[in-house]
Parts: sequence; C-alpha cells; structure tokens
Amino acid sequence: MLDRREFVQQLLIDRGDLLAVPGLGSATYDVAAAGDHPLNFYLWGAMGGTAMIALGLALARPDRRVVAIPGDGDMLMGLGSLATIGVKQPKNLVVVVLDNARYGETGMQPSHTDAGVDFAALALACHFRQARTITHIEEATEVRKLLHAGEGPILINAKIKPDDVPRVLPLRDGHAIKQRFIAALNDA
Amino acid sequence: MHNPADIATSWPDAIYAHFRRVGVRQVGYVPDAGHSRLIALCQKDPQIINVVLTTEEEGVGLVAGAALGGQRAALLMQSSGVGNCVNMFSLLRNCGFPCIALVTMRGEFGEFNPWQVPMGVITEEVLRLCGFLTYRVESADAVDEIVGAGCDMAFNGNLAVAILLSQRLIGPKQWTR
Repeated sequence: MLDRREFVQQLLIDRGDLLAVPGLGSATYDVAAAGDHPLNFYLWGAMGGTAMIALGLALARPDRRVVAIPGDGDMLMGLGSLATIGVKQPKNLVVVVLDNARYGETGMQPSHTDAGVDFAALALACHFRQARTITHIEEATEVRKLLHAGEGPILINAKIKPDDVPRVLPLRDGHAIKQRFIAALNDA
Repeated sequence: MHNPADIATSWPDAIYAHFRRVGVRQVGYVPDAGHSRLIALCQKDPQIINVVLTTEEEGVGLVAGAALGGQRAALLMQSSGVGNCVNMFSLLRNCGFPCIALVTMRGEFGEFNPWQVPMGVITEEVLRLCGFLTYRVESADAVDEIVGAGCDMAFNGNLAVAILLSQRLIGPKQWTR
C-alpha cells in the first residue's frame, strides 16, 4: 500500500506543463502538499465530476497532457464518466484514483472498493486503453511516465493506506482557481 | 438561415447557427428526441466535438473542463436531466463558468406520461435556484432571437443561461403503439 503524500509527490515531480484536476477532499490536499501550481484545478466540491472536468479539458487541449486525480468516493459517484471517456478515447488523459477504500472526509467509512469493486477492471470494461492497480511506491516512476507519454485513456488505481494525514489547504475561491489556471495555460 | 416556410420543424437549425456564430466547440448530451435534429447537425460538423453522456450531470463537468481549456461548450438536455445536475451546477456558480443549456420541456403542454410531470413543472424554478438565467421559448419564430441572446449572455458574461424549449414548441411525444 502506498503512502498517499509520497505517491502524489512522486507523480508530480518535474511535471512540466501537465494539467492536473484533483478531486474534492484529500486528493486536493495531496496535490497541494506536493507543491502549489497554477495548472492545478483544485476541486472543493462537484463530487463525481473530477474525471469529466478532466475530459472536457483534454478534449479542448489535445496538445497537452491531463491528469484527473479523484479519490475512490469521487470516482464511485461518477462511474458513468468512465464509460463516457471510453467512448471518446482521449489519448492525452490519465485518471489516477487515490483509493484508500474509505470516505476520509466523513469519518473513514468503508467505500465500495473495500468490498472489492475494482476501478481497473471497470476502466478496461469501458474501453480504456490501459488500466491497472498499483500498490508499491516503486511503481510511481512508471505511472509518472504514463502521465507524460502514455497513450490514453489510462486509469491507474493507486491503493493508498487509509491514513489520516494533515490537511494542506490550497486556494478555495473557485473564480481565483479558474482564472489562475486559464492565465497559466494561455501563458505557456 | 432557414426557410420560414418550414420553421415549425427547422427551428433547431437556428440554434445550430448560433452555436457556429459564437464558436461552440463541444456539445454534451444524453440522446433526446426533441433535440434529435440539432444533435444530427452537431454530429455532422467536424468543428464540434460531440460527447454523449451517461447522465446530464457529466455534462456540467464537461462544460467546466472545456472552458478551462479555452473552448466554448453547450449542453442539451430534457427537463428531467436538469434534476440530475443540481449539485454539479454549483461548479458553474462557484467558478463563474459560462454555460448555455438548451432544455426540451417534458411534463407540460399535452404530456401523455404523468411520470414526466413532477420534474417538468419545477424545472425552471430549479434552474433559477441553481443560478441560471432562464428564458422560455413558446414558438418556433422566437427561437433564433432568444437563443442568440442567451448565447451572448453566457459567453460574454461568464453566466449560466438556460433556454427552455416548451413542449408546445416541440410537440408532445408521439405514442404510436
């Protein structure tokens, strides 16, 4: 099982012009903890929408790499979006689910993945080009390569330890997060 | 734009013309009979990315992502789909994303199926509560003007605008069997 902070940190090393959409709750805190960046579109709500926001972005900017980073609860709420992504086949999109099999924000109640629901199998059934589950930090380097060069759509189910880690709170004003992101994207 | 003689059926062409005029590049929808002509036009257009959704709620995320990437996007849905989007609409309001939603109304004029009525009668109010400006279209000859104004308000002002296409305009669902 992965340490969530260490894994996300390694995922975003030398990120270049990668566009990142972390889902509400711990995923947003993990991405912020790895280093604030204007090309992070932090979500504080819109549960279930993370992968779809990333899809709209990936379709609009086929010249750029896009990663969605939902937690397992967020991904479960938007399972249909895996099918929608599978239909559109965006080559530049990777979904990395941070799966601790828990609802961390509400008191660590078990999620469906705790009972064996398998995102990698779901993604393959939805015609993702590649999907797999990882449990060891040594695999982070390979996942990072996929973020930057793998042919999407790809889903990585990252099994993380259900630790309660300190919150790292980034920008919370939605207009500011959006404007900063758009400005940085137009700047590049 | 379109022949006034057959405007009763060709009004979706006016919506499509506004999509072209304002540069809509992504369109998200769940298949819908009322929008079938507009969807066919969008599908034939190589400049428009068509995204078929499993639920209208996905379309709200799509619109936000498109805007982050610099593209304009539109949502097509039935009134029942509005109910599927409610919490996700907060994304538009929190961040000020532009959104133009074309909503075909069910559960009103001449509706055969009572199961469509509860959502149909609250659709406009729900949209307003969620922060949308709403405009109703009752007749085919008003589509062009109202959709044009709605598109301009959405994209010039980063506003969420919904155009409600009344069931009287679309015609009640035909039950042939």
